Amino acid sequence: MSAPPTTPTRPPTDRTPSPAPGSGILTASAAFVGRATRHSLRDVEALLMAVVLPLMLMLVFTYVFGGAISPSGDYLDYVVPGIVLTCAGFGAASTAVGVAQDMTTGTINRLRTMPVPSGTVLVGHVVASLARNLLATAVVVLAAVLIGFRPAAGALEWLAVVALLGLYILAITTVFAMLGLLAHSPEAASGYGFVLLFLPYASSAFVPVATMPSWLHGFAEHQPITPVIEATRALLAGSPPGGHALVAILWCFGIIAVAAALTAYVFPRRVAR
Amino acid sequence: MQRAGFFVYAAHYVCHTQCMMYTESPVLELAGVSKGYGGEPVLRGLDLSLGRGVHALLGPNGAGKTTLINILTTLVPHDSGTVRVLGLDPATQAGRIRHRISVTGQFAAVDEVLTGRENLVLMGRLLGLRPAAARARADELLERFEIATAGGRRVATYSGGMRRRLDLAISLIWPPEVLFLDEPTTGLDTRSRIALWDQIRTLAAEGTSVFLTTQYLEEADQLAEQITVLDGGRIVAQGSAGHLKSLVGGAFLRVLDGSGTVVQEVATDGSAADLARVSAEVAATAPGLRVELRQPTLDDAFLHLTGHRAHPTEDSADRPDDNAPHGLEVAR
Ligand SMILES: Nc1ncnc2c1ncn2[C@@H]1O[C@H](COP(=O)(O)OP(=O)(O)O)[C@@H](O)[C@H]1O
Ligand SMILES: [Mg+2]
Repeated sequence: MSAPPTTPTRPPTDRTPSPAPGSGILTASAAFVGRATRHSLRDVEALLMAVVLPLMLMLVFTYVFGGAISPSGDYLDYVVPGIVLTCAGFGAASTAVGVAQDMTTGTINRLRTMPVPSGTVLVGHVVASLARNLLATAVVVLAAVLIGFRPAAGALEWLAVVALLGLYILAITTVFAMLGLLAHSPEAASGYGFVLLFLPYASSAFVPVATMPSWLHGFAEHQPITPVIEATRALLAGSPPGGHALVAILWCFGIIAVAAALTAYVFPRRVAR
Repeated sequence: MQRAGFFVYAAHYVCHTQCMMYTESPVLELAGVSKGYGGEPVLRGLDLSLGRGVHALLGPNGAGKTTLINILTTLVPHDSGTVRVLGLDPATQAGRIRHRISVTGQFAAVDEVLTGRENLVLMGRLLGLRPAAARARADELLERFEIATAGGRRVATYSGGMRRRLDLAISLIWPPEVLFLDEPTTGLDTRSRIALWDQIRTLAAEGTSVFLTTQYLEEADQLAEQITVLDGGRIVAQGSAGHLKSLVGGAFLRVLDGSGTVVQEVATDGSAADLARVSAEVAATAPGLRVELRQPTLDDAFLHLTGHRAHPTEDSADRPDDNAPHGLEVAR
């Protein structure tokens, strides 16, 4: 990685400093993951929000609305996958703010003048978001079990659920990272992110699409969150996810590909002023 | 006689070429460099060649200092002309330049959430130090920049001066061949400013070339061997502080009233005849006036070159009196 010295021969008494070795993609990514993890752990408010909000959401939906939505009481099994995905969104939103902060303060400018693959700063944010969201998801699932959620999933299905949720979190995080890149301030970034957080409400997360007004059907059926939820729900119930899983995976990979391509285009062109 | 002359010449020639081998290409070189934003020219055809040492780019707000720093540090491309940093072209060899420079931008690029020490360790890792070496270097720099006691605190709790010092410390984790400093002391109190100057001098003595921008004439005067004056995207003058002051071509007669307040300053060419003439004119305006002869400052040079003052808040009123009068009482 280090460039060969190109300075002309100098007298041996000269004390000119040597070039810095710099870092490669792996070292830099590891360093930035460490940094972003520290950010996550120290932003206690954001961490609490990422866990507490979904918990409250679950309690509200199961205890307050649950009776009206499903008098038989099996609403918990229906709603938990939806809550889990909503939760992933909350946790990923702060990625947009973190990225926007790096892009609008001197951080990115400094990195760009160093012998460092500066794009790895985004890797740090994305990996930290993945870890943060998986943790929050685990807490929410645990809480659901405590209040009576009894998934029929076996080990294999659980594995599939974790993989699918991980992929979903990755997809939504890359979208938030890209929003952070495009936004011209951290505040704007969190504003854009807010819009995305409404997506689960217009999906089958909380109520079946069939119960929604007909003009919403088309959107709710075909937006990416619905197949992810349907597949997760099926897996947790211990039944095969069928075509939903495939559609969900395709959506996630598609979103990641588009977001990554846009990021690769925008990132080198953004310089903080 | 002729032969001897030839030998002296030949010896000279050999030494000269030998020395040429050691004399490296200029650290920074600009030829006809222009840059605009949205059709608005910001830099208009800059020519500059700087060797090793400490150089200051002096100019008011909006002169284009940061834009030039951004171009030299591979952050933004220039529109036309040639740029060489350590002989390398930022447009095609940015990667190689980045191994050999450091930049401390106009706004502190420190991570507020991390502690001062964590900032240094992170950057050390990125520059290629192993974890243990990065930690050792961090402690060394915290000590050197007098932030050791705050090293374990989050940067969010740091004062402006501490942030600046940390920012500079980060730039020195791996001592660079060229250090770029964009307005390193803007917003600092006098004490912190003087402390930072000392750090910059130490650095230069250790073999790092420094290219700093400033709005403060005094700063350029204190630190730089070569001062380049930038105004409205053009280089309006270049040279040592002494050279720039000499461009004013004279001195100033300070007129004070009975209580010692400066009531007027009159330009003079410094000759006895001119001083006598100006003093007589002053004496005729009011009784009891005193005069002192003041040598031109960089401030005067700047005004002379650009037609306006360098820094709006840097009036003689709120500035430490670095240009104390020479106390030559000419007339009563
Ligand atoms: N990214 C940018 N986009 C548009 N205009 C810019 C940009 N950067 C600088 N400028 C303009 O260029 C001029 C010089 O700015 P700058 O280089 O920051 O000056 P200085 O650092 O000397 O104060 C200013 O008029 C500023 O508005
Ligand atoms: Mg500036």
